[in-house]
Amino acid sequence: MNEGADKGAGVGIVMLVHTAFDRAEQVARHWAASGCPIVFHVDRAVPTKAYNAFVRSLSDLPDIRFVGRHRCEWGTWGLVAATQAASEVMLRDFPNVRHVYLASGACLPLRPVQELIDYLAERPTTDFIESATTADVPWTIGGLDEERFTLRFPFSWRRNRYLFDKYVEFQRRIGFKRKIPNGIVPHMGSQWWCLTRQTLSAILEDPDRKVYDSYFRRVWIPDESYFQTLARLYSRRIESRSLTLSKFDYQGKPHIFYDDHLQLLRRSDCFVARKIWPFADRLYQAFLTDQDGAMKRTEPNPGKIDRIFSKAVERRTRGRPGLYMQSRFPAPGREINLTCAPYSVFEGFSDLFENFETWLARMTGARVHGHLFAPERAEFSDGQTVMNGALSDSAKLRDYNKWAFLTNLIWNTRGERQCFQIGPRDHIKGIEWNIAMDPNAQISVISGAWAIPLFKSNENFSEIRNKAAFLQHTERKHLDTLRSEWSKARIRIWTLAEFIEAPMEPLQTIIDEIGKHNQTGLAEVPKMADLTGFGQFLQNLKNQGMHPYLMGDFPVAQDQNEPQHTKPKPYLVR
Amino acid sequence: MVWRTEAAIRYRQRWKRRRLLYRALRKRRQLTPVIDRTAQIRPDDILAVSSVRNESARLPFFLEHHRKLGVAHFLFVDNCSDDGTDDYLAAQPDVSLWSTPHSYRLSRFGLDWLTWLQSQYAHGHWCLMLDADEILIYPHHDTRPLPALTDWLDRTGRQSFGTLMLDLYPKGPLGTQTYQPGDDPMQTLCWFDRGNYTIRKQPHLQSLWIQGGVRARCFFGANPRRAPTMNKVPLVKWHWRHVYVNSSHALLPRHLNRVYDEDGGEETSGILLHTKFLPEIVAKSAEEKARREHFANSALYDDYYDALADNPDLWCERSSRLTGWRQLEAMGLMSRGNWV
Repeated sequence: MNEGADKGAGVGIVMLVHTAFDRAEQVARHWAASGCPIVFHVDRAVPTKAYNAFVRSLSDLPDIRFVGRHRCEWGTWGLVAATQAASEVMLRDFPNVRHVYLASGACLPLRPVQELIDYLAERPTTDFIESATTADVPWTIGGLDEERFTLRFPFSWRRNRYLFDKYVEFQRRIGFKRKIPNGIVPHMGSQWWCLTRQTLSAILEDPDRKVYDSYFRRVWIPDESYFQTLARLYSRRIESRSLTLSKFDYQGKPHIFYDDHLQLLRRSDCFVARKIWPFADRLYQAFLTDQDGAMKRTEPNPGKIDRIFSKAVERRTRGRPGLYMQSRFPAPGREINLTCAPYSVFEGFSDLFENFETWLARMTGARVHGHLFAPERAEFSDGQTVMNGALSDSAKLRDYNKWAFLTNLIWNTRGERQCFQIGPRDHIKGIEWNIAMDPNAQISVISGAWAIPLFKSNENFSEIRNKAAFLQHTERKHLDTLRSEWSKARIRIWTLAEFIEAPMEPLQTIIDEIGKHNQTGLAEVPKMADLTGFGQFLQNLKNQGMHPYLMGDFPVAQDQNEPQHTKPKPYLVR
Repeated sequence: MVWRTEAAIRYRQRWKRRRLLYRALRKRRQLTPVIDRTAQIRPDDILAVSSVRNESARLPFFLEHHRKLGVAHFLFVDNCSDDGTDDYLAAQPDVSLWSTPHSYRLSRFGLDWLTWLQSQYAHGHWCLMLDADEILIYPHHDTRPLPALTDWLDRTGRQSFGTLMLDLYPKGPLGTQTYQPGDDPMQTLCWFDRGNYTIRKQPHLQSLWIQGGVRARCFFGANPRRAPTMNKVPLVKWHWRHVYVNSSHALLPRHLNRVYDEDGGEETSGILLHTKFLPEIVAKSAEEKARREHFANSALYDDYYDALADNPDLWCERSSRLTGWRQLEAMGLMSRGNWV
């Protein structure tokens, strides 16, 4: 077999270059070393001096051509015109070429070129071009998909965004629609393709090419649709994927590969990748000089890269919910979950049960704090003075930005359920709304339970009366917040009277929802405060003109520890 | 009506910016060139500007770190150092140095001088404004130099890059640690507070106001509002019209302060490792308290200096130990955004 004819006979490279000429030269020499002819198109915006230097630097290579220069601005016809011109030269001057591979100066061959040549030689009639109808692709930028083909775009998207948008809007309003010639079906896809001589020449020599050209000249981003659409007319076999690994971010700009992507790129088994950062020396070094890597004849497998980059897009557009930091500060209402993980808020439970916090911690394995917003200090679990993340228990630091305090706590303890108590004495003004609107919050309220510590206290009755009036007023307003139509937390409210009739069922529900230990029943119950005489206490308040009503109805003389046989009525908001 | 207030704010900010530029223009006479190597600056170079006073201990590592990242030229203003800082800087091949005996405080804490230098030399360059005790890191900084970052910022249409200042401290009393010039300060200062930052928005400048960290925890518990601002925008594609408003926390025009996403996404951001708490801080605090050059209302910070001069231990059992940028990124102190 004639070595020279076999070598590289099949594949010609069309290379579009506009910058980083030293890298383009390096890659070109790499292609040429395997015998691939190359046709260059250099952007007209490149200064003549740089262009001439580039031409000179490659003058020792045998099978290369340069074609007339077009201005290649992103999203414009120039890129297609450049590709057409270079392809024509390629087909005309290199009759041995069977596949034409469209590449750019920032493309880097990852596998030995011979492998690509062999791969294509085994598939002599296959066109590798990503080509999908507009309805079926998710990657349209700027909300334009089929409108790319039916509107006009005389203004630059990059330089004149305002006019671009206004003109699109105007055309939509007057119902303007361009006619698509000859009933072709617009397809879109990656601009980096590899077409067979047959298909490419059919496109370039089409008798209607003038019609298509003048139509696509005014389509938006024609380099992603011209060949993709017309290949459908002539191709015998289309593999709708690009052999060039190229990832795009959410703005439609290509991701860039750096030195630290070396292993990732190696494992992708793709033939060519773009875009490579021009100064990524290690990548160029590894892929262009180290040719005797294992010859794995496997199909390209960009799956891992796909996952990493789609995660990156998600990080950029959705971020980590519940995180507030210097480059992520969602405006109010832009985010559904205001914190990063579910947490539980208990109101009145530690007043009614003597050992509620320790009991809850034992039952659920969650971290149970006391009153985090107590006036004196943040009562962290186990009496700690600093919590995870060096969060201080100082009331002043906490009150300086209470919401940041809470979101920090939840963020810092990711992976561990947080529970805490609040009550009408606490400094929660200003964040009640945030908690109530946070779907991550599970709020359980026994209303009126604040009266129990007063009932047990040894204060003068007039003081008790004043405090009771204040606490009742505060709690009533708080309950209004919780019951508001905007609250999104999981909220349950019982009156004290309701709750003590049958405390086990609500407790079981709450604990099941926290859901660490799914037991059939509660192994142990918390110890309820002794309420003998509580009814009389409330009556005394009434007699003093203060009307306690949030705790429900307590008969003056009744043993409250005796459970009744009526069903409790849990109050569930959403 | 909203647009009218908005327009009024914008108008006032424009005049404020012009006033600050004019101030810098007047203050240029306070600067005396010591050595001017600015002819070395090439069009795409990344520059760093800084004003220093007695930083000979920190500068060797500072220069080494930022050189390695890809800063091509450093512009320094020396404000009456007497520990050899000026000679050391003048001997560096990639440093241009000016000196001034005038007041740091009256020059808006050095900003007037630096604004002048930036307007002269940084126009069209990516420019870092750092203090000598700030070490810039960002996601992938160990494998991707600064030009990779600035190229990418250019491509995504951003002109500024936001950071959080992270106060580092040792375990044990501050003054009893050891540090030799040129050492990596992160070997001594390897602890930080990871989750006690508070953020609010400053609508007038459209910037964030982040406070917290170890200084808020240890020194400003009684008056958190006075706690230092922890967010900075140190890296900006400079235009001679730009001007920093207070330290490098915020700039005019305001759009440069939008280094954060308000729709729930994460912009790429970095961290300034703050090496303030090297052992010399204890001695320096007494001196700074007397000089009254660091705060507009210095008397309010006497307690702070007293506490520092007392050789405190800032470490607590919930402090985190610094291991690298990936750790900081995972903790949410900075973000790679979609720069992966």
